[in-house]
Amino acid sequence: MALLQIAEPGMSTAPHQHRLAVGIDLGTTNSLVATVRNGVAVVLNDARGHGLLPSVVRYRADGGVDVGHAALARAAEDPHNTIVSVKRFMGRGLRDLPDLATLPYQFVDAPGMVRLRTVAGEKSPVEVSAEILKVLKARGEAALGGELVGAVITVPAYFDDAQRQATKDAARLAGLNVLRLLNEPTAAAIAYGLDNAAEGIYAVYDLGGGTFDLSILKLTRGVFEVLATHGDSALGGDDFDRRIYCWILEQAQLHTVDDHDKAMLMAKAREAKEYLSDHDEARITALLASGQVIDLLLSETTFNDLTASLVNKTLTPCRKALRDAGLRVQDVKGVVMVGGATRVPRIQAAVGEFFGQMPLTNLDPDKVVALGAAMQADVLAGNKSGDDWLLLDVVPLSLGLETMGGLVEKIIPRNSTIPTARAQEFTTFKDGQTAMSIHVVQGERELVADCRSLARFELRGIPPMVAGAARVRVTFQVDADGLLSVTARETGTGIEAGITVKPSYGLSDDEVAAMLRASYEYAQDDMAARNLAEARVDARRLVEATQAALAENGDALLSTEERAALEKLVAALDNALAGDDLAALKRASDALNHGTVEFAARRMNLSVRKALTGHRLDELEI
Amino acid sequence: MDFSQNHFALFGLPIAFELDAERLERAYRDIQAQIHPDRFAHAGEAEQRLSMQWATRVNEAYQTLRKPFERARYLLQLNGVDALDPRDTSMPPDFLMRQMEWREALADAGGDSGALARLEDELRAHAAELRAELAQQIDRRRDWPAAAATLRKLRFMDKLLEEIEAAYEQ
Ligand SMILES: Nc1ncnc2c1ncn2[C@@H]1O[C@H](COP(=O)(O)OP(=O)(O)O)[C@@H](O)[C@H]1O
Ligand SMILES: [Mg+2]
Repeated sequence: MALLQIAEPGMSTAPHQHRLAVGIDLGTTNSLVATVRNGVAVVLNDARGHGLLPSVVRYRADGGVDVGHAALARAAEDPHNTIVSVKRFMGRGLRDLPDLATLPYQFVDAPGMVRLRTVAGEKSPVEVSAEILKVLKARGEAALGGELVGAVITVPAYFDDAQRQATKDAARLAGLNVLRLLNEPTAAAIAYGLDNAAEGIYAVYDLGGGTFDLSILKLTRGVFEVLATHGDSALGGDDFDRRIYCWILEQAQLHTVDDHDKAMLMAKAREAKEYLSDHDEARITALLASGQVIDLLLSETTFNDLTASLVNKTLTPCRKALRDAGLRVQDVKGVVMVGGATRVPRIQAAVGEFFGQMPLTNLDPDKVVALGAAMQADVLAGNKSGDDWLLLDVVPLSLGLETMGGLVEKIIPRNSTIPTARAQEFTTFKDGQTAMSIHVVQGERELVADCRSLARFELRGIPPMVAGAARVRVTFQVDADGLLSVTARETGTGIEAGITVKPSYGLSDDEVAAMLRASYEYAQDDMAARNLAEARVDARRLVEATQAALAENGDALLSTEERAALEKLVAALDNALAGDDLAALKRASDALNHGTVEFAARRMNLSVRKALTGHRLDELEI
Repeated sequence: MDFSQNHFALFGLPIAFELDAERLERAYRDIQAQIHPDRFAHAGEAEQRLSMQWATRVNEAYQTLRKPFERARYLLQLNGVDALDPRDTSMPPDFLMRQMEWREALADAGGDSGALARLEDELRAHAAELRAELAQQIDRRRDWPAAAATLRKLRFMDKLLEEIEAAYEQ
């Protein structure tokens, strides 16, 4: 006779297992990986003790790839193959890049996103970013001693859909399971807010190497609610360097500069800028390829004059975010400074002046984003339970559709709390019209031409009717990663024609799959083995989650028969997990996923009820 | 509990224009804390999908109830009245007069931020009066056509306030 195993209600049958998860700050200039160890978030260092990994990738002629310090050291020597600040190219077309003249790369204008020509062939920014992520993933696994269940990857709050999608693709290419894309200023707010038990309205001012974000958050009893966010996804410390670089050219009366000198002088400009954060003047010396010697003195005053318009440019988003949040400067309790460029004294002064208070510079501006991401990863992986904090973030830019005359009709306004969805009905304007083209755009401007084009698609198979009789319902859904999906249906006659959107930017699923196959690492392994391994991870998670759910509410929410049926599906999946038949594993997973729908719905309803019983027991109609 | 219940019931609030903002906020946060997708990042597919749908629904309900304008419009809708029906744009003549005066004041202010601020204060005060009227019309008198007319006035005020914001920018 078999012994019955009895679990206490509310207790998981599986022993609690710490799931390995990391937070990754994939920066324009520097990237970091952090994790929560014994309840404390820590940045993981490389073997040499460096926490920061320069976001630099060098493709070598011998087929190898260098990432980080090794690549950075060769940037001036091998500028075409050493990709610096690749984040600026994520999800961007050639015409979106304003300062091509100061960049030493050979761009290829591919549809949707630029590519870079290197000795190792044409590379998409997604592939370059994936190289950085692979190094951080390996670092995380080495430090934690096992495979990661997933990672939280941060993105600038002001990143649009194309840039977010590109980041997620890069993670996929690096073999990372993305638990969530998290906005950088929000990550910083978590790290700061939890450490300081902060309550009230806070502004996070994040100026990195290539991006600027300003988020306004309301912190109340463990809830981090983003009220508004604004920014500029092409403004950062790099632009300050470029101003100095142009000043050098002018002072030294240089008219043509080759790519080596360009890369070297940009590095000198950056050194000088950083030096000026602690000194009154910086000396810039260089020996050019032509033999010409550069020897200049840059004072802080001159630097401030050169960059005043850039500093000012960061204040406009501050004003706009406050306005969108319906707040005044006096309502802000503290201003958290994030990003290496906030070390510039003039920036601190300008921000202080604007908000009428000294900004908070007591935290490490380089690490705070990664630490916040690690804390969130720990929660999302399921290592904490019950009363964790809650994040409510927003979509940074309005999403809309092209209408007549090249105008934009906004469907989801900026600063809507995510996840969010909106539907809009459209109608045919010609008799017998059977197709309708739909153009999805993102941005605040009224003209389609001034917004970012996200996707174009055709809805076909509309039954021919007189103009205005057919009804097409277009639904926008933005998920918790801030990513958009669009569906359209013809509902006028009850005939529904669902469609999926094929993005007109970035990479298609097929392209990502092809990159995976082509990449050096994966060509060696067997794709089938990898697919099986991935399916196993998913299946195991599903088994665990279902068992935990059954232990928690199985008795209360399921009849004996229902429970037995679910347990049978779990057992079947467990069985499939023991074998190595991918198709059988997928079938058993699908069956369990399908089987849990009703149970999940009841659990969700119970949760909502529980949330309300705290204070509204009297008016509940359960 | 059913997905199609009205926004007020979702948060356990009485169906009325006047509302306890703090209670709404607390209920919103408490529900989100239970059903937000971050709570289900390691759960099965079915729960992940449901959690996104629930969180989407709760966000929509909260945004509607939180803003007096949207709340009033929603209440009228629950009572079968489309307050912003494009076929009905009627405005009382005295309000049309005031509209014209305000528009002129805005044009005269140009970029003068002092004049803009004075106009803004006046508009905000009037908008507050209109909201008080709405409470009367909806909660006490249940006079939907009157409330719809007030709502149309409020919409005009909101648009004008937006234009003032834009004028500040220049
Ligand atoms: N001491 C400093 N003074 C001024 N700027 C600095 C200093 N240290 C770093 N920076 C600048 O900060 C930027 C990088 O910031 P970081 O937060 O690492 O960027 P990202 O998030 O884009 O990777 C670079 O432009 C760098 O020059
Ligand atoms: Mg950063």
